[in-house]
Amino acid sequence: MNGRARFAFTALAFGYAFLYLPIVLVIVYSFNESRLVTVWAGFSTKWWQALFANEAMLDAAWLSLRIALVSATAAAAIGLAAGYALARAPFFFGRTLFGSLVIAPMVMPEVVMGISMLLLFVGSEQVFGGPDRGFLTIALAHTTFSIAFVAIVVQARLADFDRSLEEAAMDLGATPWVTFRTVTLPLIAPAVGSGWLLAFTLSLDDLILTQFVAGAQSQTLPMRVYSSVRLGVDPQINVLATIIVCVAACALILSGWLTRRKV
Amino acid sequence: MHAGPIADSIVRIEGLTKRFGAITAVDGVDLEIRRGELFALLGGSGCGKTTLLRMLAGFEVPDGGRIVIDGQDMTGVPPHLRPVNMMFQSYALFPHMDVATNVGYGLRREGVRAPEIATRVAEALEQVKLADHAGRRPAQLSGGQRQRVALARALVKRPKLLLLDEPLAALDRKLREGTRFELVRLQEQLGLTFVMVTHDQEEAMSMATRLAVMNTGRVAQVGTPHEIYERPASRFVADFIGIANILEADGGWLALRPEKITLSANRPDAANTVAGKILDIAYEGDRSLYRIVTEGNGTMVVSTTNIDRTQPASFARGQRVWLGWSADAGHRVSE
Repeated sequence: MNGRARFAFTALAFGYAFLYLPIVLVIVYSFNESRLVTVWAGFSTKWWQALFANEAMLDAAWLSLRIALVSATAAAAIGLAAGYALARAPFFFGRTLFGSLVIAPMVMPEVVMGISMLLLFVGSEQVFGGPDRGFLTIALAHTTFSIAFVAIVVQARLADFDRSLEEAAMDLGATPWVTFRTVTLPLIAPAVGSGWLLAFTLSLDDLILTQFVAGAQSQTLPMRVYSSVRLGVDPQINVLATIIVCVAACALILSGWLTRRKV
Repeated sequence: MHAGPIADSIVRIEGLTKRFGAITAVDGVDLEIRRGELFALLGGSGCGKTTLLRMLAGFEVPDGGRIVIDGQDMTGVPPHLRPVNMMFQSYALFPHMDVATNVGYGLRREGVRAPEIATRVAEALEQVKLADHAGRRPAQLSGGQRQRVALARALVKRPKLLLLDEPLAALDRKLREGTRFELVRLQEQLGLTFVMVTHDQEEAMSMATRLAVMNTGRVAQVGTPHEIYERPASRFVADFIGIANILEADGGWLALRPEKITLSANRPDAANTVAGKILDIAYEGDRSLYRIVTEGNGTMVVSTTNIDRTQPASFARGQRVWLGWSADAGHRVSE
């Protein structure tokens, strides 16, 4: 290895260490024997057992998972429609505005979204008597900001999609809906899938927006973790973080693979 | 020759117009296409031929005029309800389906039952000689094979009209020539009406029963290849198809093809003669083209067939020669 290559590899190693050392430490310390989060006292899986016996934590995890599944699915469906409209609809009045509005939640501070959603839900409670703040309101809020991500992925995929494929389908007797179902959708499915996974991970670890719209009874996993850190932590947190890292990593790898795969 | 134009007409196009913003792509086109013919729309890029084809398929909505296919007015009829099928320039094969599924796609949309689909798909693949490729994906096929799958997919629906958008443009030269004959054979065998768009005059001339030469959204001339070549209607058509010498004669214009002129060292015994000096010679193997600066007619092009293998060009550059042509060699054209 010559000097330049050695330098490049060293730089790379530092970069990765900076990014991933904390995460590696969390994983290692999840197998710690000690009660203290930061002191190593030998290998043990007792905190893993403790976590899986921790009802409150498991309830929070289950709630987060359900919210993530529902909001990712809703966002994928709505985002698909928005992305399709942006890429395919002929010019309509306000198209540019619509395009910006779809993307706005990506750049809007979550605090602003949180306040506006809270106002909406409080108002709706006064007028219609519902919905109760909890599962439904959190899922709705997560759906709202996830739509943008799905829409952008779908739109990008449709932009380099050969239009003559859709024309060929129509020419062969397919109605616009059948064309979408048999040609367009199968070909952009990887993009929709990767958008779904993105929405899923975003929902799973969202804290700020969730805190605005969650009710007193509903605590998602990030909320639970955050409050338990303030009360004093034990190594169960490390175990939980390890699990979350694994799930998120799997989702991101799958999402990347779906996006790259050429049909 | 013209026996009841209405009786054997399958497509009638009346005053068809299409504008894209400030550009008029198709400008008041009237055309009649007869049942069972191979009709070519020929023209340079931007002449409106593709837009015209896309209006036949229903992908573009005309701004004026109408299209009648087999007695049925197509105004407002969407692409999936038209009795026409199209072969796309890019072939547009569905990448996520194998060859047989691609070819059967249109039949499934019609609600044809599975056993009949299988028979007709096999038959169509047989016709294009791809029976043993039914299970392949489009990505696993060569360009020529893809072209034939696209053809089979359109033919299997037995359309009243098959539209072909530059059907040979994506093939290499050698394959293109063989495919030309193959397409004409299929068209005659199946008795279908083909409408083909092409920018390649050789392709249009050699394949078409009749062709329309298009220019800036209008039809410059409609006729058989022979009529178009020997009796061009205008200077544009004469110039666009092959090579033409345009001469001034009796206050009008005369189109004179280079092979209608003889070259000789001495003044020939012909109705028309002019002397000139050879500017340059293009040897093309089967023929040679001479550019000659004449005394009075400007620069003219003359071609000679190279019949004698052993003989090099009969004339040399810079040589003084005589050009001669008969009284009916030229054709009067309009401006």
